[in-house]
Amino acid sequence: MTKQIRQLDRVVIRFAGDSGDGMQLTGDRFTSETAQLGNDISTLPNFPAEIRAPAGTLPGVSSFQVHFADYDILTPGDAPNVLVAMNPAALKANLAELPRGADIIVNTDEFTKRNLAKVGYTTNPLEDGSLSGYVVHPVALTSMTIGALAAHEVSKKDAERAKNMFALGLLSWMYSRPYESTLRFLERKFAARPELVAANVAAFRAGWNFGETTEDFSVRYEVKPASMVPGTYRNITGNAALSLGLVAAGVRSGLPVFLGAYPITPASDILHELSKHKRFGVITMQAEDEIAAVGAALGASYGGSLGVTTTSGPGVALKGETISLAVALELPLVIVDVQRAGPSTGMPTKTEQADLNMALYGRHGEAPVAVIAPKSPADCFYAALEAARIALTYRTPVILLSDNYVANGSEPWLLPDVASLPDLRVDFASRPNGEDGTTFLPYLRDPETLARPWAVPGTPGLEHRIGGLEKADKTGDISYDPANHDFMVRTRAARIETIPVPDIEVEDPDGDARVLVLGWGSTYGPIGAACRGLRQRGLSIAQAHLRHLAPMPANLGEVLRAYDRVVIPEMNLGQLAHVIRAKYLVDAIGYNQVRGLPFTAAELETMLEEVLKNV
Amino acid sequence: MSEPIALKLTAKDFKSDQEVRWCPGCGDYAILAAVQGFMPELNIPRENIVFISGIGCSSRFPYYMNTYGMHSIHGRAPAIATGLSVTRPDLSVWVVTGDGDALSIGGNHLIHALRRNVNLKILLFNNRIYGLTKGQYSPTSEVGKITKSTPVGSADAPFNPLSLALGAEATFVARTIDSDRKHLQSVLRAAAEHQGSAFVEIYQNCNIFNDGAFDQLKEPATRDDYLIRLEHGQPITFGKDGQFCVVHPPGGFGLEVRDTAATPAEEIVVHDAGVTDPAYAFALSRLPGADLRNTPIGVFRSVTRPAYDSVVQEQVATAKATIDETPEQQLAGLLASGDTWTIG
Repeated sequence: MTKQIRQLDRVVIRFAGDSGDGMQLTGDRFTSETAQLGNDISTLPNFPAEIRAPAGTLPGVSSFQVHFADYDILTPGDAPNVLVAMNPAALKANLAELPRGADIIVNTDEFTKRNLAKVGYTTNPLEDGSLSGYVVHPVALTSMTIGALAAHEVSKKDAERAKNMFALGLLSWMYSRPYESTLRFLERKFAARPELVAANVAAFRAGWNFGETTEDFSVRYEVKPASMVPGTYRNITGNAALSLGLVAAGVRSGLPVFLGAYPITPASDILHELSKHKRFGVITMQAEDEIAAVGAALGASYGGSLGVTTTSGPGVALKGETISLAVALELPLVIVDVQRAGPSTGMPTKTEQADLNMALYGRHGEAPVAVIAPKSPADCFYAALEAARIALTYRTPVILLSDNYVANGSEPWLLPDVASLPDLRVDFASRPNGEDGTTFLPYLRDPETLARPWAVPGTPGLEHRIGGLEKADKTGDISYDPANHDFMVRTRAARIETIPVPDIEVEDPDGDARVLVLGWGSTYGPIGAACRGLRQRGLSIAQAHLRHLAPMPANLGEVLRAYDRVVIPEMNLGQLAHVIRAKYLVDAIGYNQVRGLPFTAAELETMLEEVLKNV
Repeated sequence: MSEPIALKLTAKDFKSDQEVRWCPGCGDYAILAAVQGFMPELNIPRENIVFISGIGCSSRFPYYMNTYGMHSIHGRAPAIATGLSVTRPDLSVWVVTGDGDALSIGGNHLIHALRRNVNLKILLFNNRIYGLTKGQYSPTSEVGKITKSTPVGSADAPFNPLSLALGAEATFVARTIDSDRKHLQSVLRAAAEHQGSAFVEIYQNCNIFNDGAFDQLKEPATRDDYLIRLEHGQPITFGKDGQFCVVHPPGGFGLEVRDTAATPAEEIVVHDAGVTDPAYAFALSRLPGADLRNTPIGVFRSVTRPAYDSVVQEQVATAKATIDETPEQQLAGLLASGDTWTIG
């Protein structure tokens, strides 16, 4: 049977099922196939904190959204065009976000009376007409998978578990995806159990063939490759990119990387990834607690390694005292905070940007540090390198504010040429720096960077003592002198404030915008998509995005004052807006949401349109 | 291997230019002098020695040692020292801590450093009081201790630091006394030779807030009858005339003190610090009474177990062994790993 093929420029698919249904893996595979085809991609996983919430319940629903297009896209998409619902809970949990006319592929086998009752359906939505506004494709996914595997030497349970591959096969057929990488993946994943390779491949093919033969799917879609910068790409999550950035920082500095970490969602994947790269001299230590993790990292830095600690908000709170010590010791230290919804345990698998105040101010005493935030998953690679550069050059703690959205989201990454990455080599102190030629002054600063010498143990003639007590300028001896303390506090502030960071760039293609949207961190995509939407409708708007939050770019004040209105969308209650208002006396408007989810482009577009009307 | 060159260092080489600022009469002075006097024996260049401390009176120690040193934050010295030691196995890393620093605010780091067997020499100055904060009871103060924060007596039971260390899988556990320089240095020597964590409790007098806490162990009139000097391979007898001995009563779990005269020689325990089962050293650690009678000093336990630092460094060395690429080539390979695609 010949099927009609329709061209689309973009599609958003959401795979949703029970936590145990393998939806993250299915989404991941579909993404990989899509990447192979050359579409631009952006993904958003969304899963519960519980490892196995009760089966078939709303809190147990796990989903993975993938947006792909034949042009460059900025977000995982506001609303899906296609929902794959593996059970009634997945349907119920996601239906509200589905626009009318969207396709819904449902696993009818799971729509039993019991499962419907579990999520509060009194009637079967597949039969009661409540889905009449959608294009529903009922598929008996489970039973067809089991049927397809009847001749296979696998248990019924293993056969049933392959239903996600049936779904993947069907979707791969629908969107004309190349599937070779999935077959290779299955061979790798189940290498130890060939019968499972065969079963999963058979399930995948059964899904594909079902699409091809059934009358229910009369149309097949194609999304042409996007025109992207030539080069080699891979799809990458923020946490993976950040890990690779840290490895690259070790290579480019010539220093061993030491990671001290305590497991915490959503940062643990960085510990997992870095622990694989011992051949780069990377040492990872799973510490007894968050405090030990940062302490060990600081100890490693003291010894001449690039000390790193990775955590989320609650961990940063615990590390505060040690970060202050690092401020006093003036040693390099990279602290990665993959933000999640707080306070306290909050919503550990949901995103938020509410640790900005803590990063900027959350320590005792005047304890300034540098703060930077990546804007997208692939940007985490460069943000890690930049954090390392600042830490090593200026001998300071640097807080890198990632968040759950960029950490677990993914996008294509144009692989950089290693030689083009920044040179991070450092000079350790090797000889006395006093005027007499024999004394060593551990707090004699480089006049340009204000950095003190990094004299690592093992260097003859430079034996010295450092500590948390206030130190005299130059000598580093303990000092309670009032004027010295005032001088040292101001110097520590100045050495952060004077770190040169790139000017902020403004995107205003029309050149006549009167409203500027200022963002930071992971809101870059949704803000950018909203601005595009407005411009396509003939409205002018300017966008600027902060990567460096401490120090801020030198031209920021000038940029902000050039607009009639400045709008700052944040996934917090206005933390950056507060800083901007205080620092630049600009009457910035905040747009704030803390729902544990990224902004949608549509809501930002609506909000900005209102602002534009009132300028 | 050729003989190491004798560095001919003296105690003076280990004195920094900083004025020592403990209270006059503090036991810390004696420990500092003993450590400075012992250091030349190590024959390690000063630049390869690092002292890391936390917070408290004892933690000022690094400032007075002309080595590398860090006066860090309360309780965290073992964690910081772990990061240094694991990345710099070429260094000799010493931790100086106190009863509050190590056992109260830093208890977690201490036990984890010991279980990992990080190659650290940990000197715990135990004066059974908080000195720097001016006299509150500590986690080693006796029950009922009257201090500024416990005017009618403390309600909580103390830790026995050695029992705690042994419970935390420590491979080297010893005790000594600030005033006995010879003994102190002999324990330091054994600790320095140990590969892995060496935990040394040093009874130290705070003459301002807890004066005389260990007098019975120091006064000529009592010390011989109170102290058990442990010597590897020797029967454990003590007292002015060797009138007491230590036995392991059949059917019991622990050790007991008996009259030597009434005990057959073969029943007297011969001290063996190398006993694998920590129960023996634990039993030794439980001998002292509240009045400090039967206090063993010396090396309780010294057993061999791979040090954390060595295992970690070996893992890195193994991973690096098969590499024939430059780091840049390796990195390019890593970045391009997984599913990639090429455009244009």
